[in-house]
Amino acid sequence: MADTVTDPAAAPAELRHAEEVMGTVFSFDIRGGEPEAVRTALEQAVAQLHRVNEVFSTYRDDSQVSRLARGDLTLAECDADVAEVLELGAEAERVSAGWFSTTYEGQLDPTGIVKGWAAERAAELIAAADGVSGVSVNGGGDVQMFGTPGPHRPWRVGVSDPLRPGGLAAVISAAGVDELAVATSGTAERGAHIVDPSTGKSAVTDLVAVTVVAPRLTWADCWATAAFAMGSREGLAWLESLPDVEALLITAGDEVRCTGGLAARLG
Amino acid sequence: MHPLKKNRPLRRIVLASAVTASGLVLLLALKPHTTPAIAVAPAPASSNSGTGSGGSSTTGTKTVTGDTAQTQWGPVQVKITVKSGKLTDVTVLQSPSENPRDQEINSYALPELKSEALAAQSASIDTVSGATYTSDGYRQSLQSALDSAGL
Repeated sequence: MADTVTDPAAAPAELRHAEEVMGTVFSFDIRGGEPEAVRTALEQAVAQLHRVNEVFSTYRDDSQVSRLARGDLTLAECDADVAEVLELGAEAERVSAGWFSTTYEGQLDPTGIVKGWAAERAAELIAAADGVSGVSVNGGGDVQMFGTPGPHRPWRVGVSDPLRPGGLAAVISAAGVDELAVATSGTAERGAHIVDPSTGKSAVTDLVAVTVVAPRLTWADCWATAAFAMGSREGLAWLESLPDVEALLITAGDEVRCTGGLAARLG
Repeated sequence: MHPLKKNRPLRRIVLASAVTASGLVLLLALKPHTTPAIAVAPAPASSNSGTGSGGSSTTGTKTVTGDTAQTQWGPVQVKITVKSGKLTDVTVLQSPSENPRDQEINSYALPELKSEALAAQSASIDTVSGATYTSDGYRQSLQSALDSAGL
């Protein structure tokens, strides 16, 4: 596979990669950049995702998180990433009044925050590579973007229509901003155990999907999960109260509800 | 994994007529994704036959003929045309037609897939956000089509 040299005035070079990890597929789309630096950054980002999976998987008895949950390991003995993610998770739990949580049935389970956090970090790592003009990392349906895909063109993200598989409910544009994340929680959500904090039981929601648009994916992902569990009424009001957050909620009755500022992000 | 997938093939083929871009995906999924590979684009504008590989030029027209996929309903093969980085046509070269039921399904499903695939493409999106898919679900997702076609 040869590197493609392009006229710098034309569209920047594109590098795409799909990596199967964490039970899903991470899709990378990188524009511009010094080819060697981009390749190295991509390799590092991919290696980091596999490491995150090893450390955080609750499906593996020998992962640090599983051992931490059993008390076989202390937090100080884990990779520094574990403490960082648990701190972020605790903050998400506070902001969402417990609708987002990193414990499930009394057990430590940071699954709901890890994927978005890992995709954001992968995108950040690649964006820092020499000359990269744009990067999009899609971790199984949740996207972090930096820069632009080409001159005079913003990143555009299709939002899956949960009631019309294969169709799009909306298109979100990153026009005018250098960083944007789009995360969707839905009925088909994997990995996030959605519990009503007031009852401790599975949340009853009238929603089929919540898409949150925010600068960073870690939060977009947590807020989508929390709002999904809250249901359309409380979820929408809560999302409206968060700064720099817009959202699109789709109910089981096929009603679409949006935060006030979403229109400015529709492409 | 979605239980419908293996247990109810008939339901799935009927669904395929109703879905939009996942139809495109069904067609573009001819390219096996079992070993995701690094793809570099833009590739030179050219006719590229038989490999099903992606990569698009930002200018010029390129056609990509997918490998023949042996589905449980019979062989399926498509050709896509990419012009200035946009999908402009989907041609079904081979599809199951051994019995009248196949032909009946093809007569409405395939044109529908084509028009809806083109409609999705006209939105000019770079990526897709949706409820988290499994590795298996990815193979039939619009995201997988975007990744492999490099559109």
